[in-house]
This record gives sequence, structure tokens and C-alpha cells, in this order.
Amino acid sequence: MAESPFKADIERVEKEYSEKMTPGAIVYLPGSSVINKTGSWRVFMPEFHKDKCVRCYLCYVYCPEPAIYLDEENYPVFDYDYCKGCGVCANECPTKAIVMVREKK
Amino acid sequence: MEIPENVKKRLSLPFEENFYAGHTACQGCGAALGLRYVLKAYGKKAIFTIPACCSTIIAGPWPYSAFNAPLFHTAFETTGAVISGIEAALKAKGYKVKGEDGIMVIGWAGDGGTADIGLQALSGFLERGHDGLYIMYDNEAYMNTGIQRSSSTPYGAWTTNTPGGKKHFLERRHKKKVIDIVIAHKIPYAATASVAFPEDFMKKLKKAQKIPGPSFIQLFAPCPTGWRSPTDKSIEIARLAVQTAYFPLFEYENGKYKINMPSTKKEPKPIEEFLKLQGRFKYMSKDDIEVLQKWVLHEWEELKKKAEVFG
Amino acid sequence: MEYKPIKKVISGNYAAAYAARDARVEVVAAYPITPQTSIIEKISEFLANGEVENLQYVPVESEHSAMAACIGASAAGARAFTATSAQGLALMHEMLHWASGARLPVVMVNVNRAMAPPWSVWDDQTDSLAQRDTGWMQFYAENNQEVYDGVIMAFKVAETVNLPAMIVESAFILSHTYDIVEMIPQELVDEFLPPRKPLYTLTDFDNPIAVGALGTPADYYEFRYKIEKSMEEAREVIHKVGKEFGERFGRDYSQMIELYRTEDADFVFMGLGSLMGTVKQAVDVLRSEGYKVGAAKVRWFRPFPKEELYELAKNVEGIAVLDRNFSFGQEGILFNEAKGVLYNTDAHPLIKNYIVGLGGRDFTVSDVKKIAENMKGIIEAKKLDREVEWYHLKR
Repeated sequence: MAESPFKADIERVEKEYSEKMTPGAIVYLPGSSVINKTGSWRVFMPEFHKDKCVRCYLCYVYCPEPAIYLDEENYPVFDYDYCKGCGVCANECPTKAIVMVREKK
Repeated sequence: MEIPENVKKRLSLPFEENFYAGHTACQGCGAALGLRYVLKAYGKKAIFTIPACCSTIIAGPWPYSAFNAPLFHTAFETTGAVISGIEAALKAKGYKVKGEDGIMVIGWAGDGGTADIGLQALSGFLERGHDGLYIMYDNEAYMNTGIQRSSSTPYGAWTTNTPGGKKHFLERRHKKKVIDIVIAHKIPYAATASVAFPEDFMKKLKKAQKIPGPSFIQLFAPCPTGWRSPTDKSIEIARLAVQTAYFPLFEYENGKYKINMPSTKKEPKPIEEFLKLQGRFKYMSKDDIEVLQKWVLHEWEELKKKAEVFG
Repeated sequence: MEYKPIKKVISGNYAAAYAARDARVEVVAAYPITPQTSIIEKISEFLANGEVENLQYVPVESEHSAMAACIGASAAGARAFTATSAQGLALMHEMLHWASGARLPVVMVNVNRAMAPPWSVWDDQTDSLAQRDTGWMQFYAENNQEVYDGVIMAFKVAETVNLPAMIVESAFILSHTYDIVEMIPQELVDEFLPPRKPLYTLTDFDNPIAVGALGTPADYYEFRYKIEKSMEEAREVIHKVGKEFGERFGRDYSQMIELYRTEDADFVFMGLGSLMGTVKQAVDVLRSEGYKVGAAKVRWFRPFPKEELYELAKNVEGIAVLDRNFSFGQEGILFNEAKGVLYNTDAHPLIKNYIVGLGGRDFTVSDVKKIAENMKGIIEAKKLDREVEWYHLKR
């Protein structure tokens, strides 16, 4: 399984994150938003059916988070830490390889 | 992430992400997706200026940032002026601005911040000829303040200050054609784009980088929260906006018009297809729809004529 | 290098323009307004004649945009300058807060002009004093020399504490009146004012920053406190920079309140800007007539010179505060501040407010003499006849 493109960033931000008040409210840590695990917002989650996937990458292209990356075989991987469950990927998938299902918490 | 060659070939989109997950945009946000594309296109070598708008929040409250590029938050009406100042500073300090390896100075503002309160500063930026790019992400209302109409809100739309109701108090004015006002400045490059067509958008961003002088892109960016549309329909709605010629994609480059989409050979799809996916249009009567349809086709004809005469 | 001043007979506005040039400003964004306009005309002339290098002049479409463009330029690391007056300053108001909040050392010359309506282009301090809560430092120049010196010092102070600064001069009385100004040779200005070292810059692409993001109730408060800490620090910096300026160029600005013949004075006149030139002249006359009076010129209104005012107030029986400005529903603005400072101290001289010269009404030596007579009576009676007097009122 490929790693999240943000893995290194999460480590970096966790290490360097600081609430030290610098004049001017300057944010010195680019990409520090990765500390917010927005996956907790999700009600519906994308369920992936590999057998139907034609690897067109539209899901990857249209993800507004982005919370979809590609594995070694170029299949999409869903990053549930950040996926808010909007369903754009499922709606755009031409082969219905992604189905939105209500998440059991 | 290692990207296999065959994938790279199929996708003209850069894989590098400079817009980071964990941002606080709503589900299915077109503006967030637009930011992701822009940050892909220019990488880190772009200075962003964002006025009061949803993107203020999306970019993150202190001490967070979803950007891997320098970002200056500014007041609502000042985007055009601030990017003018940044560009002037870069030039005074001898930096290369725009062009292949130059710094991109980008204003990223909503439709209210552009078409209404920021119009004067935008006009100044365009008229003075600064080397910068102004992107208006158009979600057709003041979304960050809670869905109030802007001059970019279309005819017949529900917003919180055009709420429908018994007296049928809906938006009764057609969408302001900001792009035409921009083109009246005779800038070298202006275009419309849509989050549903990222490769087209990417091409336009590259052009905006290459062509010296001010550039302007009006990006159609659906807002499920404000449009009362299902979050998964954002791209579909944006695509239909183009296919119905409600929001045609075109370029104005050195005095010449070029229509990218939809096809000028075929009749555009009926406007209902665009309207029916969005709760904000549910109060429209048949007559209302007729009024909007007429307007859309009239504007489309006008654009086609411009492309014919000045193509 | 030995200091040999370059003497020129110039207007206050030209003094401002020359000072901006000598401070090697990199971006000027400004919009025309009377009586400021000749500042930007002169700067344009420098550009047209090739007298300045690396200066970008942005002829913006409003004062609001002038300040916004200066803010953008300053955030990108440049030394930014603008100039305005009255309506223009009022239009900038929102962005004045932005400059200080984003900690950008923009320097601006404001030519004091009365706010309309009725329309007026003449001297009045209400425009700049109405901006007192924006986080800008304010320096009031008495004459053209102080305009020149003030701009150069303001950059040094502003860039040390990372807050913006406003140099204030009077409409026409200074802006368009010619006087001898000693300008400093460029190399010496460069030594005194080295290139800006910004707190942050938007051009660091390896370590990109975000400036001015949303501050929640959990954080906003501390950022405000930081601005106040810098304002407090500015008092020290002003003292140091003013002293250094004096040592290098012979004009000492180490005191935030300039005292003129106040030793042994029974009472003093206190005020801001050019009208204090008139007052000093009147003090000489009054002294020759046996009055024990002096003048206290408040150079820096922000940060407010609390300590110096206290030291002065301890030793006098009365203070006549001359305000060429007014806060409706209350009183003159300097008077209001001075009273506030002294309330929690043991220095309580008789302090009276004279509203003078609004909208450019002439204020002369004979006016000061009349006020002196009135003050003398008050001190003898040990009682104010009234707190605020609209001195010129046609009755």
C-alpha cells in the first residue's frame, strides 16, 4: 500500500507545530492543516470496488481535499483521515467502482 | 508518491500537491478544488493574496495553513491593490515576475470581492498593467457570510436575502458579466474556466504565466452549501453550466476571442438540466426559467458573434 | 564622512519627498489630494529625471488602494511610502489597522487638512488624530526641517518595532510654505538608515508563510497585546534614534515632548505641530513682558509621551492645551489625552483646553497672548473659568 502524500508533512508538522505567538499572527508552518483530521466530518464513506476500476484517475483529479492518492498499481487509495465524504469521486466514477455507504461509527 | 510513467502520460495535471488536506472547506467545495489546481500549476513559486472570503477560512486559522506557498490575507476590497503592491515590490527588488521561471503574483478572490466591493481595485490593477494574475472564483453569492446575493448571482436564485417567500422575492437581476468589464480594459489575457474541466483550467493558468501583463480568470466554482445542491454533484453541476452555455469557457487573448466549450456547432443543453440539480432554483416558475433560458442563449449568441468577428 | 548639510529652500511637501528619496524608498503608492499632491509630484519628478534607482511608483485609483498597495509591497519586503490628507486618510482608515496588525513599517506623510463638510483644504488636526487607535505611530512636525528629519527617523523607528508611522505636517502653513531645510548627504542617510530587515517576507519560497490568518478568541487577544508591547518599546527606540540623529546631524529629537523655556514657568502652552512655532515666538514676547511661560510641543502623539508629560506637569501650575482639532461630544483630543494621563498621578496642574485654528483659521502671536492673559487669571484664582473654550468663536 502506497503512503499518503502527506505522511512526511504530518510528521514534520507534529514535530515543529507551535502555538508560539509571533507578532503579526504569522503562520510559519506551511501545510500545517494536515493536523486537522477532517475525516471525522464524514457521514457517508466511499467504498471502493477494485474489480470495476479502470484506473482513469478522475476520482483523484476531482477530490477537493485531496484525500485520494494512487497505490503502486495506480489504483486509488482513500485517505480516511481527511476524506469528508462529499461523494464527488463516486459521482464522477464512470464505472461505478466507488459507492458511497453510510459509515458505521 | 512515485508516479508511474503511463499515468503521467494520461494526466497532464502535475502530481505535486501544494494544497494540503485538513483544510476546512465544506464537503464538495469547488473553491477548494480550484485552489488545489492553482497550487498544482504554480507550485510554491507563487505569492497568494486572499481577501475576506471562504478561502480565508479554507486556508486555515492561525496557526494553520493549508498552503505550501506564501499567502497574504487582506481586506475585502483590496485584492487588486495588494497584488499591485507586491508586484511593484518584487520589481523594485529585482525579482523576475511572471514568465517561465518568474514569480506568480496571484489574487484569489470570490465573486463578491471581485464583482462588487473589489471592482475598483481590480480595475486599477488591470488598467495599470501589473504583471499578475487575478482569479475570481465564482460561487455566485456571498457564501462566507452565509449566502447573500452578489452581482454575480443569477436570475431566479434563492439566497438568504432573496429568499423566495410568498411574494416570490427572488433574485431578479441577471448575473453581472464581470469578464466583459475585465475585457473592456483590453488586457492581454482573460478567460473563463471551470473546476469541472481541470486540464482546460491548467492550460489557461500556464498561458496566464507566459503572457506578460495582467491576466484574469473567472473560475466557476460550485458551492453545495449555498446552492442547496448535493455535495457529490459539484462537478456535474459545473459541467452542465458549461454544456448549457450558462457559463461558456472562452479566452480573450490579445484582442481575439476563442470559445473552448461548449461546441458552437450544436445547440447547448436546456438550462433546466443545470437548474434542477440545485435547490436554490426550486422557487423558479416556468416563466422564470424561460426568462433565464432566453438570457443564456442571448449571451451565448453574443459571445459566438464576438468569436466570429474577433476570432 | 564629515556631515555637511545640503541646504535648500523648499516647501514642507518637497521636504517630505526629498526625505523619502534619501530614505531610498522602494515602492510609493499614492493618490492625489490637496494639499498633499506636490509630494507625489516631486517623487514623480525624481523618477522622470532618473534621480532614483529601484523605485516603483504605483499611481493607484484611491487612497484605500494606496495603503493596500503599500501593505502588499511592505509584506514583500520593500520599504514603502505614501502621502495623503483628510478625506484620503479617512478612506484609508480600514487599511491603517491592517498595516499595524500585519506589523508592516509603512511610513506615510499626512498633511493635516480639515474634514468636510463644509469643504475645506486648510489646516486642522482632526483627520490624523481620528486615526489614533489604528496602531500607527504619529509624529507632528513643527516646520519643514522636522518633516524631512521626521520621515527619515520614522523609517528607522518603524522598522525597528515593526509598526507603521505617520509624519504629520500642516496644510499650506508647512506643505506649501518655503523654508530652509538642511538635507543630509545620501551616504550619511544610508549609514543612519540601512536597508530594511523585514520581520518576514512573502518571497521566501522555501519557508512559505501565511500572514493575517483568522485569529480565534483564544489567540487574537495576545496579538493585540504584542502590538501594545511594541508601542511601548517604541518609546525607547524613539529616544535612542532621536539621540543618534542629534549626534550625527546636530538636531536632537530624543525627547518626545520638546520643552521650550519651561524651566521656572508658571504655566505652559501645549500643542502639536506647526502652531507650536507661533507659540514659541509668543513665549519670547511674553517672557520679555514678564510672563513666566513656556511651550511644550508634543512631537509624538503615538506612542503618547506619558512620562514626559508627568515630569512637566509636576513642575507647573497650569497647562493651556491648544487643540487644532475636536472630538465631538467631548473636547480637544490632546487635552483629553493629557487629562487622562495625569488623573492617576500626583501632578494635577490647572489644565484648560483652547480650541483654536480649526479649518485653517489664523492663529497668531496675539492670540497666544490673549490666552496667556486668560491663563494668568485662572492661576491667580486657582480655578478654571471653564474647561473647554472655543477661542475664536464669533459672538
